[in-house]
Amino acid sequence: MRYMLVIVGDESRYADWSKEEMAAQMQLWSDYSKALVDAGAFVSGEGLQSSTTATTLRVQDGERLLTDGPFVETKEQIGGFYVIECKDLDEAIDWAAQLPSARRGGVCEIRPVLAYEGYEDPQTAREGAAS
Amino acid sequence: MATLIRILGDFDLAEEAVQEAFVIALERWPRDGAPDNPGAWIVRTARNRAIDRLRRERHYEDKLRELERLMPGLPDDPPDTSLPDDRLRLFFTCCHPALAPEVRVALTLRTLGGLSTPEVARAFLASESATQQRIVRAKRKIREARIPYQVPPDHELPDRLRSLLTVLYLIFNEGYLATTADTVVRRELCDEAIRLGRLLRALMPDESEVRGLLALMLLHNSRRDARVDERGELVLLEDQDRSRWHAGEIREGVRLAVAAGRRGPYAIQAAIAAEHAATATDWARVAALYERLSELQPSPVVELNRAVAVSMAAGPGAGLDLIERLESPRLEGYHLLHATRADLLRRLGRDEEAAAAYRRARELAANPAERAFLERRITELSG
Repeated sequence: MRYMLVIVGDESRYADWSKEEMAAQMQLWSDYSKALVDAGAFVSGEGLQSSTTATTLRVQDGERLLTDGPFVETKEQIGGFYVIECKDLDEAIDWAAQLPSARRGGVCEIRPVLAYEGYEDPQTAREGAAS
Repeated sequence: MATLIRILGDFDLAEEAVQEAFVIALERWPRDGAPDNPGAWIVRTARNRAIDRLRRERHYEDKLRELERLMPGLPDDPPDTSLPDDRLRLFFTCCHPALAPEVRVALTLRTLGGLSTPEVARAFLASESATQQRIVRAKRKIREARIPYQVPPDHELPDRLRSLLTVLYLIFNEGYLATTADTVVRRELCDEAIRLGRLLRALMPDESEVRGLLALMLLHNSRRDARVDERGELVLLEDQDRSRWHAGEIREGVRLAVAAGRRGPYAIQAAIAAEHAATATDWARVAALYERLSELQPSPVVELNRAVAVSMAAGPGAGLDLIERLESPRLEGYHLLHATRADLLRRLGRDEEAAAAYRRARELAANPAERAFLERRITELSG
């Protein structure tokens, strides 16, 4: 069973970090990803650039409407995600609780990934095209 | 039922399968005689029915594979000893913190308690369709987010058990403190909570907080007939007719409270309730217990109770001192703060201040019985 860990946090908290602090944080994330890989739970994951770099698009009657900024303007923004393979929700909650951001009071939304029952799985289609 | 939900991983499928199995039993048992192990027979028959049903479904191959994965090595005759474990697992699933508190309550009553969906709806003054929808959504989340059927591992057990006990106490209080219509169904919630508490105690005999909660519920419930008079008005503990207390429940509650010790919040509250059930309450001891409770669970309401106990042990002046120090915006809208202040002021002979505090309490109280009681006090003071 796959879950997405949507990592949410207050970006302003790390806006003024020093190079050393940033490096220490990156090390924590890299250790965390490695722990996921070692446990065989890692599927994918990315960190995102700040939400100030975001562009929001809405297509209305064939017209592209662009807005500068994220989909919802709130103090807490999506900063990255992991997709992990787990036995059940409890295991996913355990992984989410160990996120480096969780230890700093960050939020994580845990969402089960949709199973493509009876449809072609886009993941498989993509892997097939790549080979 | 709990066994099947674990095996099939699906509430609805298990429910339907069990119903079918009982129908078959009704046809066959009178004709062929009842099997040696009726429980196991029902489980086996229901499981076979569920497999038949899954075969008929469109994606039956996928489902069958899933079913095989879910029931590896299941013996043909599950021994009866596996049933209590399954019920405990189900308890933890229904009270999983990933479900909203009101959903945990509804699901626990529906699945582990004996209540039908309309009964759950009536008990919580909700519409039947809203309750039905709440339960359906919860079952779907359990299935699709894969909330596990398991007793949590040791490092999570204290937290998860707390969530479970909170659900039982919520059910109990919903019946006991019914703030609006006092229907019979709501009263039955107390019995249901106690029944579930007994079941949980049988499943987790070594947990002192389980014992503490069961003791607490029994001791409160023992006073159910004495706490409201024939006009439906609330009677204070000290004025209650003790001959109307249920002695059997008190004996059992006190015994459990003693066995629970006083490590956790429920055990301490049970010790306090046991002290109130004694012929002469030792108020200094009650005050000390509240102080301990306040350390574990700091809350203005606990502090308020502590102030009452101190006033009984050391006089209304000492209690009033504690209350005056309790300034808290959250407590300002709590009618019992004002009612308690009023009572202490009355005992100190400060009648005008007391009447003002009673009036404030009456404005805030929701329960008609409580309002009537406060009204009486106001009349007494102005008379």
